[in-house]
Amino acid sequence: MTLMAEMNQRALDLGVPLSVHLDLTYRCNERCVHCYLDHDDHGEMTTAEIFGLLDQLADAGVFFLSLSGGEVFLRRDFFPIVEHARKLLFNVKVKTNATMIHEREASRLRQLGIEQVQISVYSHRAEVHDAITKLPGSLDRTVRAIRFLKSQGLKVSISNVLMGGNFADQSGVIGLAKELGVAYTLDPTITPKIDGDTSILALRIASSELKEIFQNEELVGDVAEFCAPPPPPGEDVMNGFPCSAGHTSCYISPYGDVFPCVQFPLPSGNVRRQKFLEIWHQSPQLKEVRSIRARDLPTCSTCSHVGTCTRCPGLAYMEGNMRGPSTADCEKSFQRTGIPSANMLKKARSGSASPLIQIQGLANQEQILTASQQATQLTA
Amino acid sequence: MAEKYIARSTAIAARMLGGEMMVMSAADSTFFTLNEVATVIWQAADGRTPLSEIVAGKICHEFEVEAERAQHGAERFVDELSQHGILLVSDRPFDSPPFAETP
Repeated sequence: MTLMAEMNQRALDLGVPLSVHLDLTYRCNERCVHCYLDHDDHGEMTTAEIFGLLDQLADAGVFFLSLSGGEVFLRRDFFPIVEHARKLLFNVKVKTNATMIHEREASRLRQLGIEQVQISVYSHRAEVHDAITKLPGSLDRTVRAIRFLKSQGLKVSISNVLMGGNFADQSGVIGLAKELGVAYTLDPTITPKIDGDTSILALRIASSELKEIFQNEELVGDVAEFCAPPPPPGEDVMNGFPCSAGHTSCYISPYGDVFPCVQFPLPSGNVRRQKFLEIWHQSPQLKEVRSIRARDLPTCSTCSHVGTCTRCPGLAYMEGNMRGPSTADCEKSFQRTGIPSANMLKKARSGSASPLIQIQGLANQEQILTASQQATQLTA
Repeated sequence: MAEKYIARSTAIAARMLGGEMMVMSAADSTFFTLNEVATVIWQAADGRTPLSEIVAGKICHEFEVEAERAQHGAERFVDELSQHGILLVSDRPFDSPPFAETP
């Protein structure tokens, strides 16, 4: 077990929220076609409120703090917030489109000891990237900002969200990341909009493209190992929980709402009305999330993929049942191994689909209503 | 031997977890956990208090360790953390320590 894994286990044992994702704003200067947020300000937390929240998070034991949005640089108090967070010795990661980062901002981030800047890049070609962000010139500005950040010695990671419209440019973005000397993260995740609109899920990549990713040695390493059939689950798997959401991590919106995860929109409290630790320890919603083990999942506990599936409880929740399957992850397990999930077989038996080819078709259709969570990573 | 003054770098993240201090260097992402004794030294690294005084006042006294052994252990600890940029070391007090606060 690595030292970090030991710390995660200790945090889990002690009930400590080791990681928090805090969105500072939903406002943004880009209008990405796949974005799940609305971009109005419905009453963001003030600077003082955020300072107070950060104080509470430090007291609660939070170590990893992701500051995201929206576009964080649209907050005039962004640097005072980062400065306060760093005074409290958080490990701070900033997620941004970087279009507002120039030499001065890059230098300031370096001075403040940011751990990493994660930047969204959709293509190495301006006509594709800018068509997704709907901001002319955005790729040029983003790439220029990455160079400023790199010149300051900061760690930068390109996050490449894959959709049908930019899938073909994936290798080009990897090449760009290599040229810039930054890490590359691939993310096939498209989630429903915050208002419940699922239309953007039509932007997802096709099943065949998902399979292509899983067969790409440069992305997954040993393909045979990565795509191997799942081993039979042991007791430890059946007694395990699906992810860190609500266990050692959570998400806080610009309005102070607390959720188990940014992809798990189960309202669990609001820091404007309650202390963070009170929500963390007492929220019935978080307690329920924590109570769920693999053995408690009606369908997934019977699935051969139960020990290796990337099942996202948040996506399952958005499908209507946090104990149910996340069909997008069923699809991933199927595309990765060629073995249909218990959920797929159950639906096939129920008559909504029968032979395997139709199971795949059903999954494709249902995936429109969900999203995929797994991010395959490689360092360029 | 010259006196040493130690200060916590600004380029770190740190948090107490279950009695141990987690420390990560922003420079190279090296991750450490400090045991109870090392945590006391780290928390006392205010840039103004000589290391020998920290050892005598905090380590020998609180942990009942013999002075020479404690000083030797503290020197090694300080050397290792300074190599990763986690602690700053000087032979004179720091004018303005990076962070006055301790997590």
